[in-house]
Amino acid sequence: MPADSPTARFVRLAETGRPKLALRIDGRPAEALEGDTLLVALLSHGRRVRDSEFGDGARAGFCLMGACQDCWVWRENGERLRACSTVVEAGMAVLTRPPADYWPMTPDLAAHLSRAGGES
Amino acid sequence: MSAPSAPRVVVVGAGPAGVRAAQALVEAGLRPVVIDEGRRDGGQIYRRQPEGFTRGYAKLYGSEAPKAEALHRDFDALRGKVDYRSETLAWNLTPGELHTVRAGEPQVLPFDALLVCSGATDRLAPVNGWHRAGCYSLGAAQIALKAQACAIGSKVVFLGSGPLLYLVAAQYVQAGAQVAAVLDTAPARPPLAALAGLLARPRLALRGLQLIRQLRRAGVALRKGVRPLEILGSDEHGVAGVSVFDAHGDVQRFDCDAVGLGWHLRAETQLADLARCEFAFEPTSRQWLPRLDEDGRSSTPGVYLAGDGARILGADGAEAAGRLAALAALSDLGHAPGRALYQSQHADLRRTLATMDRFRRGLALAFPWPQAQFAGLPDQAVVCRCEAVTAGELRRCVDQTGSREVNRAKAFSRVGMGRCQGRYCGHAAAEIIAHACRLPVEDVGRLRAQAPVKPLPMDTREVLS
Repeated sequence: MPADSPTARFVRLAETGRPKLALRIDGRPAEALEGDTLLVALLSHGRRVRDSEFGDGARAGFCLMGACQDCWVWRENGERLRACSTVVEAGMAVLTRPPADYWPMTPDLAAHLSRAGGES
Repeated sequence: MSAPSAPRVVVVGAGPAGVRAAQALVEAGLRPVVIDEGRRDGGQIYRRQPEGFTRGYAKLYGSEAPKAEALHRDFDALRGKVDYRSETLAWNLTPGELHTVRAGEPQVLPFDALLVCSGATDRLAPVNGWHRAGCYSLGAAQIALKAQACAIGSKVVFLGSGPLLYLVAAQYVQAGAQVAAVLDTAPARPPLAALAGLLARPRLALRGLQLIRQLRRAGVALRKGVRPLEILGSDEHGVAGVSVFDAHGDVQRFDCDAVGLGWHLRAETQLADLARCEFAFEPTSRQWLPRLDEDGRSSTPGVYLAGDGARILGADGAEAAGRLAALAALSDLGHAPGRALYQSQHADLRRTLATMDRFRRGLALAFPWPQAQFAGLPDQAVVCRCEAVTAGELRRCVDQTGSREVNRAKAFSRVGMGRCQGRYCGHAAAEIIAHACRLPVEDVGRLRAQAPVKPLPMDTREVLS
């Protein structure tokens, strides 16, 4: 089964009566249940959370307790999220591949850019 | 300089040790700060499911339900009496000051005494293919079920050793998940010394045997004395099976789409390390742990350690250790009500901890860390999952750069330098390095912790200036 196939990796065994929430994963509409972590939402729609930056394929998280950092994904504005410890919110939009053209604006970066602008 | 009227005490962690420490401090009349990374209290073992979930305590915690319920109830009762800060990371420690961050907002907390109840993670040994999607730690498999009512796959193999292996497998079966096999690297017959230790808590040992019977009745394949060969599948599609040598040396293969992997627990000792606490090698479990006295005092004055973040005694041991360390801290600070509580209770608490420690030793002997496994780990196996550094690269680094110490080998190979900061590769890397340069594992040292103990978001505001 391809890692990107829509078949869920995780299997829901109980607690399925919770209200549904709409979110967007890689630009496509998706559905989660209230109280889901982002990791569960992602793995209820597919079989991967992200790709390793080191060429060894798809990753789907590992520790689920915020220790391994293997489940980083991004908001569409570039903000990084740890999927296992982030609770899904209605209307959330996430990317499982880093947004190539967006570098989040931090106070440090703003200060740096304004200095660089002043010099030129 | 006059001492402040009420000592400033900070507790890190709201699991069994942290909650009992906070409770003891409140009983003595203090209002401690309680820092916890979790959204809710309970720690990992007694992790609370999100609001809106409806499963009852018996379903979530099985035989441990009354203890989980008591811990949650007692912490709920403390909520108005402690300065509780959830979803807060303690990311650094400097003398007398704990550095925290919550939602990108940093804060420095000065303290007179610090109780570090930082808990543990799974302890992992690499298996060829363990980087593939669908391979999780045993703890992860349990969290998926407990906190999210999910199984990690439609057909799961559990591989490793230790009590959690059987507990999680049994919880999966009970919850209706399909468990393909439970593969234990421990030999079928534990050494006699292990039995003596396990008898320190006979009811718990019996509970373990009941779990194994439950699994057998459910038709789950159980194998002891296995040697892992590979987590099969592909990098693109993830896990498709597990192959092992069985106790007779024959290859056995089990199809599955998920694996829960783990060998007991490893203590989260980063804050103790940053506090400059002395560490000592514990030969039974083959891990470095902070030196402690019997009450939980570290070698750094004012820093106390309790729970699985210091000694892997399990949840019951953590509750006793948390209370004892808190009372010892108050006694050391010259706090009269605290000292009175310490004097009346420390002997009983120490006795409890001694029993827990005998049992821990029994478990470590019955379900040993698979130290013989590392020599046979193939060169292409990933050791560092964060940066996909293989066993071969680490071995070459030892050969070519003469790195006979883990921090030096880390600098050259990057094993231990990735986003998990060595949590899941550090113990195995030490074994591989030691084997490659033919030294006892304790002679190659231990990975030093660095601040921040977990990655901070880039937009965390500057603490200084």
